[in-house]
Amino acid sequence: MPADLHGSPRFAFAGPAAVTELLASTGYIADAAISARIHLAGHLGKPVLVEGPAGTGKTQLAKSLSAATGARLIRLQCYEGLDEAKALYEWDYRKQLLRIQASREGGWDSVQDDIFGEQYLLTRPLLEAIRADEDVVLLIDEVDRLDVETEALLLEVLSDFQVSIPELGTIGARRRPLVLLTSNASRELSEALKRRCLFLHIGYPSVEREREIVLAAVPGITEHLATEAARVVASLRGLDLKKRPSVSETLDWARALLLLGVDELGQDHVVEHLPVLLKHQNDIETAERELAEKSG
Amino acid sequence: MSSQPGHGVLAAVEGLVAQLRATGMPASTSDSIDATSALRHVELTDRAAVKHALAATLVKDAQHLGTFDMLFELFFAGSTLPSTLGSLDDDALEELLHQAIAGQDELSLTRLVAELVNRHARFLPGQPVAGTFHVFRTFRAAHPDVLRARLAEPPEGEGPTADLRARLLADEAERKVERLRQAIEAEVRRRLVADRGAAAVARTLRQSLPEDVDFLTASSREVAELSSILAPLPAQLAASLARKRRHGRQGRIDFRATARKSMSTGGVPVEPAFHKPQPPKPELFVLADISGSVATFARFTLQLATAMRTQFRAVRCFVFVDGIDEVTHLLAEAKNVVELAERIDEARSGVHLDGRSDYGNAFTMFQRRWGGQVNSRGIVLVLGDARSNYRHPAADKLAAVASRASHLYWLNPEARAAWGDGDSVMHEYLPHCDGVYECRTVRQLKEFVAQLA
Repeated sequence: MPADLHGSPRFAFAGPAAVTELLASTGYIADAAISARIHLAGHLGKPVLVEGPAGTGKTQLAKSLSAATGARLIRLQCYEGLDEAKALYEWDYRKQLLRIQASREGGWDSVQDDIFGEQYLLTRPLLEAIRADEDVVLLIDEVDRLDVETEALLLEVLSDFQVSIPELGTIGARRRPLVLLTSNASRELSEALKRRCLFLHIGYPSVEREREIVLAAVPGITEHLATEAARVVASLRGLDLKKRPSVSETLDWARALLLLGVDELGQDHVVEHLPVLLKHQNDIETAERELAEKSG
Repeated sequence: MSSQPGHGVLAAVEGLVAQLRATGMPASTSDSIDATSALRHVELTDRAAVKHALAATLVKDAQHLGTFDMLFELFFAGSTLPSTLGSLDDDALEELLHQAIAGQDELSLTRLVAELVNRHARFLPGQPVAGTFHVFRTFRAAHPDVLRARLAEPPEGEGPTADLRARLLADEAERKVERLRQAIEAEVRRRLVADRGAAAVARTLRQSLPEDVDFLTASSREVAELSSILAPLPAQLAASLARKRRHGRQGRIDFRATARKSMSTGGVPVEPAFHKPQPPKPELFVLADISGSVATFARFTLQLATAMRTQFRAVRCFVFVDGIDEVTHLLAEAKNVVELAERIDEARSGVHLDGRSDYGNAFTMFQRRWGGQVNSRGIVLVLGDARSNYRHPAADKLAAVASRASHLYWLNPEARAAWGDGDSVMHEYLPHCDGVYECRTVRQLKEFVAQLA
């Protein structure tokens, strides 16, 4: 780790409480675990690996951090088959060809020195985050979709914040970015990657936190309705379902309730709106049966 | 704030890391260095902050968080608050407890629980116990049922409540009572640690990671946890199997692709292109003993096999107790382990006579009815403890199946030491199998499947 590379003062948070407050100002309700990790990440300069079920606000955390700190958000969306040329850098060979053709008389040596200059380099998200002059929040989204071999691309960036380009040498970070990696755990990540990161698991929120999230994200909703909605969703999550309702689905539902002018939740509202919360027919049937049973 | 953590804290971190490793969590040296440097940035007086700092650096898997939480509680137990409630009678204490839980007043709850434990747990110093009994006694003395009923009562003045509201209140009461149980558990552990030291208590608790839970002795709660770990497993394994199958083998040379590729080098085929190898997929026959003792293991393995059916030409499942039946269609329909078990029980699959395991009869029937369908691309997988109630093992029938199949593997959920002991006839079958594996935990199951391809 380069010794002279200090974390940006922008990310040197005063404490976990300061992080919570900062995030709350953008409408992101963080719990103690989230704020503690972000606080540490700012001070230790380590990336945070965020894992958890879909729709619990992993990607949103990075977006909110960028909004709250005013740092630029650079995002690398991972997918199977992502390679160096799309993650790190690529030589702009069209420009290189033009350069060679334009200077036929210059001699090979001068051309060779020239065509591997920085102006022929196309930066991709990782290199861009490293070379940025301003503060950056780097989001590496759904890192579990990467092939195992490609995962190794990230290692140099994540531990030393540098990229080695054979023709140019090593490019180090001017300012250390705040890095967040998200994963849905569709496969196990390598030990090498995990070791370089702080681990954060974002599960389904508690009833109280979900209520706060609904209040923050759905303007105009009454506190009473938000509480009720959060409790219903928590209760549904207790059932044996294929796919449990996520926070984003709770928000959809809360918006729907607001739109329909509901102010007191009843059994029929829940049953009627189940398709907003549950996306499998089997799950909807299970929930309907369960709700009818308990009330009988 | 950026102070150096003191010796006491470092010793506790060291003890914690050692214990994490003992339970099988991969806490490396660099992780513990990170943990210590993380501690420099948090208030050491704030227990929650210390816990978050350590969890962030030492835990690398969401499934290990539960184990970490528990061990952290042991090594950073803190001290019991001196009780000032000794003069209260039991009824008054119960009333206060109800108020504390209802209002989610954590500070009062801790004090009240300490007093409850004083009165009811009956500690005897120096005993190597895990505290389950103390927790049970104390929890019972707090009358959880009464508490639950009182908490689920609708607020006054609302009259009879709607169905939904009643359900939500009941859920919330359940959560609050569970919180009380956790508080009691924490307090009991704190006393045990004060009595014998954290490391000793950790050893008696014998906490294991979910993937190391023994199939044969798993409680229903552990079985539920196992299902949640197994859910992403088929996809993970399928990806690694597919990669393994592709890897290392190159197919025939692809003339068209080579010619096309040579265009960029002026028609000189510098780099040949190959066909993608398409190795034939094997067919999998799973024979599972579903008699009471090994049922959990069999269900998990059957579910895993079915979930991975894209990796095989076909997966055919059979269950047996004293007879044998094909259940491939049931597995395809059932959406989870519990439903699968219900369906198998309903159809009384595998039970033909008295319902006591008879491996000999099961193999004889299999060989007669389906033996001809097993061919040189078939892999046969037998799941069971080979406890055949002293009946004839009919090892020759298994040998006949094995000779037709490309491989025959046996997964035994019992410890290797117990094979051939009592009514186990494992040693009769051993010579006919290509591999016999002890498969007591999810970890061992994972390892087996990973090397299958």
